Amino acid sequence: MKVFMARDLLQTNAGMAQRNRGVFSRHNILAINLISSPGAGKTTLLEKMLDALAGEMNIAVIEGDIYTSRDAQRLEDKGVEVIQINTAGACHLDAGMIAGVLKEMPLEKLDMIVIENVGNLVCPAEFDLGEDFKISVLSVSEGSDKPAKYPLIFRQSRACIINKIDLIPYTDFQLEQVIDEIKDINGNLEIFPVSATKGDGMGAWISWIRDMQKGKSRSAGE
Amino acid sequence: MHELALVQGLLESVLEQAKKHQIKKIERVKIVVGDMTSAMPESLQFAFEVLRRDTPAGEAVLEIERRPVKLTCQECHFVFRPEGLKYSCPQCVSGRTSIVEGRELFVEYFEGE
Ligand SMILES: Nc1nc2c(ncn2[C@@H]2O[C@H](COP(=O)(O)OP(=O)(O)OP(=O)(O)O)[C@@H](O)[C@H]2O)c(=O)[nH]1
Ligand SMILES: [Mg+2]
Ligand SMILES: [Zn+2]
Repeated sequence: MKVFMARDLLQTNAGMAQRNRGVFSRHNILAINLISSPGAGKTTLLEKMLDALAGEMNIAVIEGDIYTSRDAQRLEDKGVEVIQINTAGACHLDAGMIAGVLKEMPLEKLDMIVIENVGNLVCPAEFDLGEDFKISVLSVSEGSDKPAKYPLIFRQSRACIINKIDLIPYTDFQLEQVIDEIKDINGNLEIFPVSATKGDGMGAWISWIRDMQKGKSRSAGE
Repeated sequence: MHELALVQGLLESVLEQAKKHQIKKIERVKIVVGDMTSAMPESLQFAFEVLRRDTPAGEAVLEIERRPVKLTCQECHFVFRPEGLKYSCPQCVSGRTSIVEGRELFVEYFEGE
């Protein structure tokens, strides 16, 4: 006997993500999902974002990490709510893990939730968490070939941050070429070359994300 | 390594369906995997071989059909298969395209008796 199923392998996650999306919407919260290889600079970017934005809006952070809570500790003295999820070996966060911690969060008070996914460009691209959009972070020290090797994440993102541009003079990283390649993969992508540590380009990124947050809270009033 | 989790879910739903149809032995499971997914066929095969043990799918074959990427242009509605990573429209050069095929990741059917 042959039994036809047409069952999506990510169906359970997709249902859960949809529920999270509803929660974010009801509370007018902009939720973003930061994805990169290990060490591209997600936590550093977050530190700088919190310095720039925590005074004007209420932000909470969900830190995904395979085993440790180091990144969460780095963010704690920024005076925002930080929730740690240890995935116990799993290479990505899934929507169920996010649903589990949303219950613990002061949703009424929040304007934005930033999720730092596990350092990995492959698997997190596949798992919808219910976020408004994904942000991929690529760093100069990883070399120029990441977009070609991992097109899915660039396709799935709304914006891409190219971090550590302060290192360009010391590498063979071809910024213009990488930007062109990323645009070939996804012509709708916003691209922000920055140095999170030195500050170059951070103004444009911060003001874009601020506008996205405002857009979300405005559309919620309609 | 999320393939393990994917195959776990796959097996659970196949076994549940098999029970409903009173199928005692599953011989073949057919899945469709788009090229624009992060699931690697070899890892799926490996996970399947590990997880099928001691289940009615213990000797089942996992058949994987790949689907290449197909895009449509949001401006001129041209439908095309991209060359390499050129996902922009070859007809009007617009970068605004959407994926029609290549994101599949589903169980199509299983066979058994
Ligand atoms: N030169 C330079 N180094 C940077 C920059 N941004 C971050 N780094 C350094 O890169 C290293 C990794 O940064 P993190 O912010 O911890 O990276 P991450 O993506 O959070 O790493 P994981 O969470 O482990 O995946 C740290 O030593 C940072 O100081 C930058 O703009 N320029
Ligand atoms: Mg980090
Ligand atoms: Zn076109």
